[in-house]
Amino acid sequence: MDSPEPKYDEMHAESGRVRDHYAAYSEWLIRQADDALRQKRAEADSLFHRVGITFAVYGEQEGSERLIPFDIVPRILAVDEWRTLAAGLRQRVRALNAFISDIYHGQDILRAGVLAPEQIFCNPQYRPEMQGIDLPGGIYAHIAGIDVVRAGRGEFYVLEDNLRVPSGVSYMLENRKMMMRLFPELFSLHRVAPVEHYPDLLLENLSSVAPAGGADPVVVVLTPGAHNSAYFEHAFLAQQMGVELVEGQDLFVRDGFVYMRTTRGPQRVDVVYRRIDDDFLDPLVFRPDSVLGVPGLMSAYRAGRVTIANAIGTGIADDKSIYPYVPDMVRFYLGEEPLLANVPTRVLRRPDDLAYALAHLDELVVKEVHGAGGYGMLIGPTASMAEREDFRLRILASPEKYIAQPTLALSTCPTYVEQGVAPRHIDLRPFVLSGREVRIVPGGLTRVALRAGSLVVNSSQGGGTKDTWVLEA
Amino acid sequence: MLSRTADHVYWLGRYAERAENLARTLDVQYRLSLLPHEVRSDGVGWEHMLVTLGLEGAYAEKHASIEPHRVIDFLAFDRGNPSSILNCLRAARETARAVRGSISSEMWETFNSTWLEARANAPSRFTARNVAEFIDWVKYRAHLARGVVLGSMLRDEGYHFMQIGTFLERADGVARLLLARLAGEPGADVGGPVALDYYPWSVLLRALSAFEIFRRVSRDSVTPMHVVAFATFRPDVPRSVLRSAQLVYENLQAVANARSAETERRAGRLHASLRFGTLETLTSDGATPYLRHVLATTADLSERIGRDFLGHASPA
Repeated sequence: MDSPEPKYDEMHAESGRVRDHYAAYSEWLIRQADDALRQKRAEADSLFHRVGITFAVYGEQEGSERLIPFDIVPRILAVDEWRTLAAGLRQRVRALNAFISDIYHGQDILRAGVLAPEQIFCNPQYRPEMQGIDLPGGIYAHIAGIDVVRAGRGEFYVLEDNLRVPSGVSYMLENRKMMMRLFPELFSLHRVAPVEHYPDLLLENLSSVAPAGGADPVVVVLTPGAHNSAYFEHAFLAQQMGVELVEGQDLFVRDGFVYMRTTRGPQRVDVVYRRIDDDFLDPLVFRPDSVLGVPGLMSAYRAGRVTIANAIGTGIADDKSIYPYVPDMVRFYLGEEPLLANVPTRVLRRPDDLAYALAHLDELVVKEVHGAGGYGMLIGPTASMAEREDFRLRILASPEKYIAQPTLALSTCPTYVEQGVAPRHIDLRPFVLSGREVRIVPGGLTRVALRAGSLVVNSSQGGGTKDTWVLEA
Repeated sequence: MLSRTADHVYWLGRYAERAENLARTLDVQYRLSLLPHEVRSDGVGWEHMLVTLGLEGAYAEKHASIEPHRVIDFLAFDRGNPSSILNCLRAARETARAVRGSISSEMWETFNSTWLEARANAPSRFTARNVAEFIDWVKYRAHLARGVVLGSMLRDEGYHFMQIGTFLERADGVARLLLARLAGEPGADVGGPVALDYYPWSVLLRALSAFEIFRRVSRDSVTPMHVVAFATFRPDVPRSVLRSAQLVYENLQAVANARSAETERRAGRLHASLRFGTLETLTSDGATPYLRHVLATTADLSERIGRDFLGHASPA
C-alpha cells in the first residue's frame, strides 16, 4: 500500500541526486558488499542480546524479552536543518511549560478564551491536586519527547508532544554506541555531533530543579520494576547518571520528607525522576490499589520538600485534544509566531470539523484523544469498510473524544531490510530537557516502520530504530 | 546503598557461587563413577550427594530410583528443580538484571551471556552424557565472572555484600561437599585402607582445585581426615572453609551498622573456631558433627544478615 501523496526522501532529491549531507554515506554504502552488511546486522542483534537491550512484551509469557529491531542505516540531518528544528522545539517546550503552569495557577489562557474551560476541567489528565502548587523554576515537563515528522517538501510537523514519561532515549544512546562499534570508519568520514553526554545533561537538569536549600541534591530514578517494558531504560539512566534506581517500596515519607531505605538507615531524597504514571505515584491520593507508588509522596511534594520529574499533571498539555492549541499557546505566552507547525488537525467536538471528518473518513487519520502507542487509531486510506464504519459509530457516540488529521506522507529513509536497502517511513523523537535552561542533544531517536508502506513506527507494532546523525558542517 | 539493592547483589553472589559449587560437587561424583569398581561406592555415592544437598525428597518425587544419568540431569539441567545448576545461572542472571543499574555493565553482560549460552546449549550440547564438558564450562564461566567482579566493580557496600553472599555460600557448599564424601566412606570418620582412600579423596581435592596445592604444601598422605582438615582449616587455600569464613567476617566488618554487632560477633566466632582448628579438633569432635555445626552457623548468619542489612523481616 502506498501513501496518497509524493513523499520526501531523506537521501535523494526529486532529481534522484543524492542530497549533500548524504553524499559521503551514499558513496560508502555503494562500496559495501551485501554479505558484509548482512553480517553486521547479525552482529548487532547478538550484541544487543548480550548487552540485554530488550523490552518486555505485555501479555506474553514471563521472560519474553524482545529486541527492538535496529537498522544499520543511519538517519542523517544536516546541521542547518537541525538548528531550525531545535529552535522550534525550544520554543514549543517553553510554551508548553508556561501553559501547564498557567493552568495550575491563574488560568489566563481560559479567561482569554483560547481554550474553553471544559476542555481542561473535564479532561481526565487535569489534576486538581496540582492547583496552586509552586514548582522550582515553574518547570513541569522537565523531560519532553516531541515526535516530529517530515512531509511534503521536507518541512517538519509536530505529531505529538510526550510530556508525561517519554521513553526511548536509551535507544538513542545505545544505537550510537552500536554504530560506532559496527562501522568505526563511518565516524572518521563524518563529523557526527555527539549525543553521549545526555545522562550528564539529564542529571544537571534534575539537580537544577531540586527543592531550594539542598547543596548536593540526591536524585533517584523511580521504576515500576524489572517487569516493566521500559525497565532497561530506567536501569540504564540510573546507572549512567550514577544514582539509585528505586522502586516504590524503597521509598517512604516521614515528617514530610521523602527517604529511601538503605543499608545505613534512611537517606533523604530530593528529586524523583519517576518513570511511572501519575495514577500510581501515591495510593493515598491517586489509585488506592497502586503498589508501585509511595504513600504520602504527594504531601511532601505539595510542601515543596521533593521535586517530581516530570511534574504531576503534565498530561493536560500532551493530550491529543489539547494538541491543536499548542501554536496558539506559543503566540499567547511567548508573543512569538510558532517556528514548528502542527499537523493540520480537525477537532471533532467542533460541528464543522465533525461533518468534514465523517465525509472524508477514507482520507483521514482519526485518533482517540487519550490513546497512545498507535492504539485507538483509524488510518482511513488503509482501513477496511467495516473498520471505518465501526469508527464512524464510535465518533458519533462521543465526537469530543476524537481528532482527525490528513494522512501525512511521512518522509522515507533508506533502510536495510530483507531485500536489501529500501525506503521506509520514519519519524523523529528529540528529547528536550527543561530546568534552569532548555537543552537538547543533537538528533534524537529515529523510529522506522519496517514493513513496506507502513506508517506505524511504534515498537509495539513492528517498528524499529535508527541511529540519528546531525552532521556538523 | 538501597537495602533492596544490597539484597540482590548478596543473592547474585550466592547464586553464582552455588552454581559453581554444584558443578564441583557433581564433578566429584562423576569422576568417582569412572573409577574401578572396588574404590567407588556406586549408587550410594549419588544418594549421599542428594541427601547432603537436601534434595533427596525433590528427586524422589520425580524419579523412582537413583540412576547416575537421572541424578546428573536433575542436578544440572532440570528446569523443575529450583536448585539445578541451570536454574542457579538463570537466577543469577535475573538478580543481576534487577540491579543492572548498580553493578558494572561488564558484570551484567557476563551473567547475561552465561545464561543465554546455557539456555542455547542445554538441550543439545550440554547433556547428562556430556556432563564433564558442562562442568568445565560452568567453572570457566565462574572464573570469568569472578574476574569481571574483581576488575570492574566499585569497592563499595555492594561489593562487600556480594562477597558476603559468595563466601557464605562457598563455606556452606564446601562443608556439604565434605559431608557428602564422609557419608560415602565406610566407617566414615575412621578411614579405610590407604590405597582405597587415595582415589576418592584426590578426586575431591581436584574438584576443589586443590590437589596440586595439597601436594605442594602438605607432606600428609591423601586420607579422609587429612583432606578434610586441609579443606577446612587451611587459611591459604582459596576454597577452604576457613578462608571463606574469614572473608565473610572481613566483609561484614566493612559494612557494619548500628544493628549488626551480634552478627559480627557470631561470624568472628566461626572464623576463630576454624582459624584455631586442627586435625585433633576433627578426631575428637568427629568431622561430621563439626561440619554440621559449620552449616548451622552459616544458616544463622544468613538469616541475621538478612535482618540486619537487607530489609528482611524478623522471624515471628
